[in-house]
This record gives sequence, structure tokens and C-alpha cells, in this order.
Amino acid sequence: MVVKTLPEFPVKKGEPAYKLWLFEPGQKVEMPLVFNLRQLAETRRPALLPGHRLCAGCAAPIVVKLASFAFRGPTIVVTATGCLEVSTTIFPYTSWAVPWIHNAFENAAATASGIAAAVEAMKKTGRLPYEHVDVVVFAGDGGTFDIGFQALSGAAERGHDFLYILYDNEAYMNTGIQRSGGTPKYAWTTTSPVGSVLPGKMENKKPIAEIMVAHRIPYVATATPAHWMDFMKKVRKGIEVKGPAFIHALSSCDRGWRHDTALTLEVTRRAVDTCYFPLWEWTPETGYVLTDRSLAIARNPKLKQPIEKYLELQGRFRHLLKPENKHLVKELQELVDAAWEELLRKASNAPR
Amino acid sequence: MTVNGDEAVAYAVKQSLVDVVAAYPITPQTIIVEKFSEFVADGEVKTEFVPVESEHSAMSACVGAAAAGARAFTATSSQGLALMVEILYIASALRLPIVMAVVNRALSAPINIHNDHSDAYLMRDSGWIQLFAENVQEAYDTTIQAFKIAEDERVLLPVAVNLDGFFLSHTLENIYMLPDEVVHEFLGGYRKVSKVKVDYFDEEVPLALNPARPLSFGNLDLYDYYFEHKVQQVEAMKSVPEVVREVNEEWFKLTGRRYGDGILDPFEVEDADVVLVGMGSGVGTMRSVVRRLRKEGLKVGLVKLRMFRPFPFKEVVEVLKNAKVVAVMEKGVSPGSYGPLFLEVNTALYDLKSRPALVNYVYGLGGRDLVPDLVEGMIRGLFKELEKGVFEPKLRYLGVRE
Ligand SMILES: Cc1ncc(C[n+]2csc(CCOP(=O)(O)OP(=O)(O)O)c2C)c(N)n1
Ligand code: SF4
Repeated sequence: MVVKTLPEFPVKKGEPAYKLWLFEPGQKVEMPLVFNLRQLAETRRPALLPGHRLCAGCAAPIVVKLASFAFRGPTIVVTATGCLEVSTTIFPYTSWAVPWIHNAFENAAATASGIAAAVEAMKKTGRLPYEHVDVVVFAGDGGTFDIGFQALSGAAERGHDFLYILYDNEAYMNTGIQRSGGTPKYAWTTTSPVGSVLPGKMENKKPIAEIMVAHRIPYVATATPAHWMDFMKKVRKGIEVKGPAFIHALSSCDRGWRHDTALTLEVTRRAVDTCYFPLWEWTPETGYVLTDRSLAIARNPKLKQPIEKYLELQGRFRHLLKPENKHLVKELQELVDAAWEELLRKASNAPR
Repeated sequence: MTVNGDEAVAYAVKQSLVDVVAAYPITPQTIIVEKFSEFVADGEVKTEFVPVESEHSAMSACVGAAAAGARAFTATSSQGLALMVEILYIASALRLPIVMAVVNRALSAPINIHNDHSDAYLMRDSGWIQLFAENVQEAYDTTIQAFKIAEDERVLLPVAVNLDGFFLSHTLENIYMLPDEVVHEFLGGYRKVSKVKVDYFDEEVPLALNPARPLSFGNLDLYDYYFEHKVQQVEAMKSVPEVVREVNEEWFKLTGRRYGDGILDPFEVEDADVVLVGMGSGVGTMRSVVRRLRKEGLKVGLVKLRMFRPFPFKEVVEVLKNAKVVAVMEKGVSPGSYGPLFLEVNTALYDLKSRPALVNYVYGLGGRDLVPDLVEGMIRGLFKELEKGVFEPKLRYLGVRE
């Protein structure tokens, strides 16, 4: 997408960059995407304001801010219970510059269904003062893979118009790093500890994005905050399609993954470089399509890094790098390779 | 028109300009959703019908819809209500004027699809207003009234309209319905969102997820604020009786029908020595027995309680203070204690200097009939006990095999 003119909204000259997003009724807003860092900084306000209490080095607020740069507005945000929610809305404060609601842990998708239905109803009865109001959900892996899956699957099947962004930090972080259906095999968590008999979590990660593809909704994609342009494009696509869209964003947690706060984006970058977390999108029309760095790796397999490059940065995998656990790393490598090969077979733009 | 209780509720919802109906089937509520689906299929309503995948999601979707400024409705029973409980507390604490029909049914186990009030008692402390209908007409009337009560600026709380499963939900009655326009006018058209003063804005802003004036709903509230917010919720309940009374009177002007003062409806209590207190369809049976015994000259009366939450302590004292013995008739138990209604009435009467004796009759669990003869025998028994002045045991079962 090419940006021709900069819109007035949201930052005006001389105005502080951090203010609420006010969409006066009747105002036509269709913010174009901006792919230039300087322009972004000068013209966009994030929907998540500074002053929130997420940990230093947490990727979740980066995911949210980048996504919000791609909102076309007006937008209503729903958040499931979890780190993102508790850290951004401690009463009497809120970090949200857009209308925002938290209902409970497992019902973000159902809440969004209700909001989307309300938007439809008000549109039908001529009471919506905007052309469209977009509904965007942010939920963690626990609230998505596990307890929230029923509501998500139901909402996807019913076809409500909203974008669901999973920020996947691969464990229940808000309650203190317990395993979830999104925790990868052999990762340490407090409920899948590394002991003398067990080397961390024994089960595979649930293929959530693929499960959402199986729902045949209009748009599914994977993303990371490190591949920010790719992510923003996907967010905009997810918002623009009519019906449910799902983005699985890998979101590192320095507390739970046990890495240096400065490595947040480096970790997610390596997740893609090692093909542990490939970047792709899927629509019913195009099928699987590789994007960004993953497309580059598909074209030039020499770019693909060994899984150790990803594991070595994180304390939660420290035990795997011990000599006696070589076979476990080998097993993980084989799992990654198999999944990558399968993706290459499925992706319409992979070189053959 | 001849309809059953569920259909009456569906018609009331259809006429109430509801924006979003989200629901999940459960007997004996199902007919409401089925009937409403027909309205949707025939294009008779502009409502968005969201056939959710569980009751938990039904209430969650209602929360989302109501927070977005829409008028929202759902219906459920028993296990469905139990699955909703987490979100019931959220709906009331977010001050969302959702209306829900609770077609009362026994809770499992053992599984039973028939009527008692154990589901209604389950949501007792959830911060919802709870009204009970005695017959199909009242179910229709109360459903429409509920929207007006819930959306009143002094209230802004969700309302549960209780009707007895099968006894009302599946029983045909001739009822009077209002023309659509009259209902629309009664409710003032579509839902109007209340405004609030918020520090950030110079003006009053809509209390909704409004892109023009963004607010955050459902924040984390720690020990520095949670307590105050809870107390505010309790305070909001205080204005409910007044609003219920007003709406009852307004309805009376419109239809010629009213239900006592809207809160409770006394029958022959002025000089009564024995007074029965009950809720729901069973009151009809009790009334017929009281009428019969009055003809014999027995000084017996009846209080139909229409509003269970907030509990009308003052009104209950006023109406019961001269009785010699009060029989609390209820379709629910709390294993290890008295019935929930009994505890409320007991609490209400405690402050009286000379108070009536109190007995708790549990009846009709799991849909068992309340036979008039049984009620008659019970009342006659109470008069005998009155002569002796001893009422033991306090907790009794009516119509249970030994
Ligand atoms: C029904 C219910 N069960 C459990 C909890 C406790 N709880 C709150 S947040 C949370 C973990 C959230 O994990 P996740 O969704 O992965 O988000 P994260 O905190 O990692 O960002 C849990 C278990 C809850 N709030 N509600
Ligand atoms: S615990 Fe992890 S996910 Fe939660 S705020 Fe801290 S870094 Fe972010």
C-alpha cells in the first residue's frame, strides 16, 4: 500500500502525541498505513499510551502499539484477562486511548461477538454515526488456546466481524508462568518444571493458527512484533475483511522466557529465522502464503538457522543445551523441519 | 391472544426494540428463543440474534452489546444460569441494563427439567434485580417493564424476570398484549445511553464504548477502590423499589393492570392471623385456597412477593407485622440452613418488638405439584398450632414422601 497524503488524524502539529482517540460522529476516518518509521512517529498515536505497568522488555505492548498503528478507526478494543489487561487498566488509570472493555478471562471472543452484533444492530436501525466501527480483541495464549477456545471457535463459526489478535507468550504469565496449550515442547514453566525425570513440558504446542484456518474464516495470519511492517499489513487486512480474522502474534515475555530485557525483539526474530515460528497468511482465496522473512528463507534455504539459535537466548530452554539433552534438541529440530517442509508444500508462493 | 409463558416473553422482547438477543437453548426456556428466531427469520424484528455456543457466551455477548450501547436480552434456566454465574456478577458491576428471562428449573443433580427456584436463588447475590411472575400475563408485562426499570438512570442494573418452568412457560393462557407502538412509547424508543461525568472530559459523556468519547470498562480495581465500587453498586439497588413502583403505576395507567405496588401484593392480610408468603406461580394456588378458607371465616392471608432482589425489607415488615404466624412458602432449599426466602423474611421481622412466629415450608422441588388440599391442610394445621403457641420444627416439607 502506498501512502499518498497524510491524514489530519490522529496527530496534529503542536499537539502532544499521547491523547485519546476522538472520532466525532459523522467524521470519515480511514487512516492509511504508514511504513516509514519517522512518519509513523510523527503522525500516529498508539492506542496504548505510556505509563502502563507491563514489565520492561515485554513484547505485549509492542504488539498492541504496532497493531494500533494499523487501525483505520474508529475502533473498540476488547482484552481478555491476563498481563496486558491487568497492567494497563489499574483503576483510576487506563492506558487505552480507544474505547476498551475487559469482561472476563475466557470470553473475549463472545464479548466481541456482542459488540459486533450491537454495531450491526445500530447500523441497521440508522443509529451508528460512523461508516464502520472495528472491533479488535487482544488475548493471551491461555485465554485463546485453552479456556477461551470455546468462545473463539463459536464466534468464528458464527462469522462476527472482528479481528482477534493472540499475543502468544506461550504460558500463563499473569498467574506466574504456568504451562498452557501454547507452551512449546520441553519448555520450562512452573507447572512443567525441569526435574530429574521430566525435561519441561512433555506435550506439543497446539497448532492454534491452523485450527483457525480449519474454521475457514476470511483471514488468518502469523506475525511477530519484530517483523513490524508485515504485522501492520496483516492487522489492516484482518480489519478490512468482513467477518472474523485471526492473527497469531508471537510475543516474548522476558520474565517467563528468561531472557535479557533487551532481547525481546531479537528472540522473536530468531523464532522466524529458525523456522520455529514461520510467517504466513491464509485466506480462502489464496490458501497459505509465506510472507516477509519466511518467504526469503523459502527462496534461499541457506538463511534458515538451526533451532539452537532460538533456544540459546532463553533460560526456559537452558536445560536442553546440556550435553545429555542433545537428543531432545535433535527431536525439536526434526519437529521444526517437518512443520516447515509441510508449510512449504502448502504455501502457494513457495518456490518449487 | 392465547400464548404460553415463553411465547409471551418472546412477544414482549419483540415489541421492546431489543438490539441484540444472544441465547443458548435449555428446557424450559427454549421456546422463547425458538419463537424469537421465527421473528428474525420472518424479518419481523431488526434485532441481531446471536445463537451462541454456550450460556457463558450468551451473557458475555450481552455484556459486550450492552456496553456498546445496545439493548440486550437473553433467556435461560437452571444449568444455563449456573454456567453464566461468573458473568452475572460482571454484568451488574459494570452497571449494564441487560434483561434476562429466567425460566425457573431445578438444578442438577439429579438432573430434572421441572420447576423450582433453586436457579433463581443461585444468582441471589450477583447484583441483579430479581422479579417473579405469577402467571403468563405478568410474565409478558414484567418483561417489558424490566427494560424500563433496568435503563432508568437511577438504577442501571440488570433485571432477571423469573417465570416458573412448565407451570408458566408451557401453559397456554389468554393474555392482553399492547400494540407495538404503545410499547415503543412506554420504553421511549430505542435504548438511550446514560451520560456520566468523567475527569478527563469537560462535558458529560455517554456511558458506553463510544469512539467519540472513549472510556475503559472492566478495569483492574485493587483494594484502594474495589470496596467503594461495590458499595456504589449496593447504593444503586436502593433506588430500585421506587422505580419499580413508578413503572407499575405507569403500566396501570396504560393497561389497567398492576401487581400490588409492584413489589409485593397482599391478599386478605389486614386482619389475618396466619399469613403465607410466596413467589411465582404457586401463589395462584395459594390464593384460591385462602379465598376458600376465608369464606369459612378463617383469618388467613397471603403476600405475593414480586421482587426478591433488592429484598423489600420495609414493605415486608409493614405487611406482616400484625400476623401471628407467617408461613414462608418456597421452592428451594439451602442444605444445612433454612430456605433463602425464609432467611430474608426472618431477617426483616427480627427488629419488631413483638414478631410473628415463622415457619418455612419447602414445596414443589423438581416440579412437584402444589395441590390445593395440601395447602389447605397446612393452613388448618397452623391454626391448631396457633392455639398451642408452639411451632416445631421450623423447616417443613410440603408434599414429600417420608
Ligand atoms: C475463570 C478464570 N480462571 C482463572 C483465572 C486466573 N487467571 C487470570 S489471568 C490468567 C493467565 C492468563 O494467561 P494468558 O492468557 O496466557 O495471558 P498472559 O497473562 O500470559 O498475558 C489466569 C489463569 C481467571 N481470571 N479466570
Ligand atoms: S510477565 Fe511477561 S507477559 Fe507479563 S508483563 Fe511481564 S514480560 Fe509481559
